[in-house]
Amino acid sequence: MKMSGEKAVRFGLMLLAFSSLASLLLIAVFILKEGVPFIIHYGVREFLLGLNWQPHKQEYGIYPMIISSLWVTIGAMLIGAPLGIAGAIFLNEFVPRTVMRIIKPTIELLAGIPSVVYGFIGVMVLAPFIRAYMGGPGLSVLAASVILGIMILPTIISISTDAIGAVPNTYREAALSLGATRWQSVYMVTIKAARSGIVASIILAMGRALGETMAVIMVAGNAVRVPHTPLDSVRTLTANIAMEMGQASGMHRQALFATGVILLCVIMLLNGIAISVVRGGVRRK
Amino acid sequence: MSGDTNSKLVLRDFSVFHGKDHSLRRVSMDVKTNRILGVIGPAGSGKTTFLRALNRLNDLTPEIRTEGTALLDGDDIYGGSYDVVRLRKRVGMLFALPVALPMSIYDNVLYGPRLSGVRDRRRLSEVVERSLTAAFLWDEVKDRLQMSGLRLSGGQQQRLCLARVLAMEELEVILLDEPCSGLDPISTAKIEDALTILKDRYTIILVTNNTKQAARVADETAFFLMGEMVEMGPTGTVFTVPADPRTGEYITGKFG
Repeated sequence: MKMSGEKAVRFGLMLLAFSSLASLLLIAVFILKEGVPFIIHYGVREFLLGLNWQPHKQEYGIYPMIISSLWVTIGAMLIGAPLGIAGAIFLNEFVPRTVMRIIKPTIELLAGIPSVVYGFIGVMVLAPFIRAYMGGPGLSVLAASVILGIMILPTIISISTDAIGAVPNTYREAALSLGATRWQSVYMVTIKAARSGIVASIILAMGRALGETMAVIMVAGNAVRVPHTPLDSVRTLTANIAMEMGQASGMHRQALFATGVILLCVIMLLNGIAISVVRGGVRRK
Repeated sequence: MSGDTNSKLVLRDFSVFHGKDHSLRRVSMDVKTNRILGVIGPAGSGKTTFLRALNRLNDLTPEIRTEGTALLDGDDIYGGSYDVVRLRKRVGMLFALPVALPMSIYDNVLYGPRLSGVRDRRRLSEVVERSLTAAFLWDEVKDRLQMSGLRLSGGQQQRLCLARVLAMEELEVILLDEPCSGLDPISTAKIEDALTILKDRYTIILVTNNTKQAARVADETAFFLMGEMVEMGPTGTVFTVPADPRTGEYITGKFG
């Protein structure tokens, strides 16, 4: 009797686990089914490298949006990653435990702010600031990067802090007893030991930056063009899908699904690179 | 105030407090240069606290404070202007559990010299060979210096840690905190052999739970009990005709 109860629980949990897997699979299948035939029909080259996105003329080139997405994501990482990692190190190594217990949840609260609020701040404060002091339209790659850089901070700080906190204290003591200063023990030992966790936080943050839609629509300017400077207006892949899905049909709709396929591929590519960087680093040791 | 000239470390009424606990009570001792001092005593007797006080690792724990004087070559190591980082370069420490850092064997050994700014590759290679040889590990690892130190066995890791301490150029005193507690007899013997050779160059303080180990390698032995130093003297004397009856009882295994 007891055994059958065990089995029922096990079966139930398995069902739940597989249901999330199944939904992932369904999403992938659905997007591929709608998008891939279009890419083949329109031509991979024309689709990926085409410079013009003009659905009313049956032109569907997403090259400008791929480049824009990469610029915005890389910009967000350049701003968010150093700030986040530095914050995590500071919280772990240079702040008393009691203070950290207050600050960390506060930072994690940042993750709960809706992205439309971030976008609103970007439109009202950041974009006018950029327009006034740096030129350009204000709504730009730079504005999107700054807003996204702030949005990914909680992800990076929270996961990196946990990774650094998990480094055994004995490592710190060993480094210090060999004559390291506090900072030397941090950057030569602690960060090395916590590296995989820190990289994991960056990968997750990158996924969030690349996939973020609402805030980017509000602050990036949405002009379909290949950016030349960080002050140019751009439209990202996600913004493109979100803005046009409502009124799209037929070929246009399929083209948007195809954009989703590319987005999926870019995210997998970035993750792959990040993972191989971690593995490569480990193998060299 | 200070002891005679061949004393490396001089403690006078040295106390350590752990919050309200008095974990080391007014210890006074002279540790002689180029000798091995064995420190024995049951668990909780203050041995480790004593050792960690000597290179100020206790500084990391905010609720610990000290009283009294601790002189290294006549300078108060708890004096306001004393350079703690320099102190730790002169006074190296080997922990009870081996702590190989997450890097290659080669980089582990060179952690200290690199902190001191040594960059010359040939000199670094010499330091690696000399230190690993002195720690009786060179023959076992010379063909795989780029392997992670974490992949060595426990006994090998402990000798790697010893080599890492020995690689420090300014090293004068070696503190060992039960360095063989987790090791097999062969690794233990290798560490003990290394110590008896190393005392020609360094002053060594060996905290051990194994009274026989103190009898084997220590020139002088100190017996700690509940934060107090009960007695200290030449190892032969302490083990055969202890001045305090409690020492005799501990050594013969009546308690502890």
